[in-house]
Amino acid sequence: MSELVEIAGLSKSYDARNLAVNNISLTLPRGKIVGLLGPNGSGKTTLIKMLNGLLKPDSGTIRINGKAVGAETKAKVAYLPDRPCLPGGQKISRILDYFCDFYADFSREKAMELLHNLNIDPDARLKTLSKGNREKVQLILVMSRRADLYVLDEPIAGVDPAARDYILRTIINNYNPEATVIISTHLIGDIEQVLDEVIFMRYGHLVLYTSVDHVREEHGKSVDAYFREVFAC
Amino acid sequence: MAWNLDNDRPIYAQLVDRIKMQIVSGQYPPGGRLPSVRELAAVAAVNPNTMQKAFAELERGGLIVTQRTNGRTVTLDEEMIRSVRESLAEAHVDRFLREMKELGFGKAEAEALLKRRYEEEKE
Repeated sequence: MSELVEIAGLSKSYDARNLAVNNISLTLPRGKIVGLLGPNGSGKTTLIKMLNGLLKPDSGTIRINGKAVGAETKAKVAYLPDRPCLPGGQKISRILDYFCDFYADFSREKAMELLHNLNIDPDARLKTLSKGNREKVQLILVMSRRADLYVLDEPIAGVDPAARDYILRTIINNYNPEATVIISTHLIGDIEQVLDEVIFMRYGHLVLYTSVDHVREEHGKSVDAYFREVFAC
Repeated sequence: MAWNLDNDRPIYAQLVDRIKMQIVSGQYPPGGRLPSVRELAAVAAVNPNTMQKAFAELERGGLIVTQRTNGRTVTLDEEMIRSVRESLAEAHVDRFLREMKELGFGKAEAEALLKRRYEEEKE
């Protein structure tokens, strides 16, 4: 079986002067939780959008399960955007209908169970929920797919610590062990202990790709502390 | 409750110590069943692969045993559990001695203080 994600020589620019993603090559195995870390503007979201096929690379290639990004890979990549993307006026149950229609790997039972655990009423309209609960609903929808690759863009930004713990547990409990989860964030300390590996990005470059315990063994400090050192201004 | 982990040591090593502690303290008795990797990873709020690595380490040492039908259990070898208990205690004492030395305490002074605190705690 080929590696889950193979990225080679990937670049993307939005204007002539700056490369948002600059010549990144990277191979990700199955069964890992990977932190995609970097300061604001380092290219994390751009990379993620290319993994999803929402942006086209200027050059380079991405292969997921050995296939170029397209309809086939989208069916196996579950994406949590960094901003709300669901229609707020709809009932949650209706949004579940959409997900059932769109994604063959979506499990309605699983989503209902997770909603039930949170006491969220599927007949409620999304916009009537608190911000934290809206974010949780979005995560539940994504994690209720049986995907090969989960790409979560800032899943813990702007939620309280209890909600953050809930979100991390939901990720741990619901990804399937052959799948890989990519979590982008700049709140490293909050998620460090659920990560296997970390990718550091800066100015569109790949700075480092290594395991969390390797950083701790090698440098005697947390990834969070190491990150602050590497990216000190 | 997520487990509190230190920042300066590998996570799996801290999980190993934590589980050893739970075994030594009898939370998981000799021959007792351990939760699955996934269950315990969720409780600790750590990565399941890291928990797996910790379990593998404990299995290598013989403290936990994988039963083909019954998941993982604590060893029945109480002698081994006693020796793990001892080595955990030694590590604590070593740290105590190191820090007392840093504070400038000699053997006699440290012993006297330790004794006094024991007495005070009893009262």
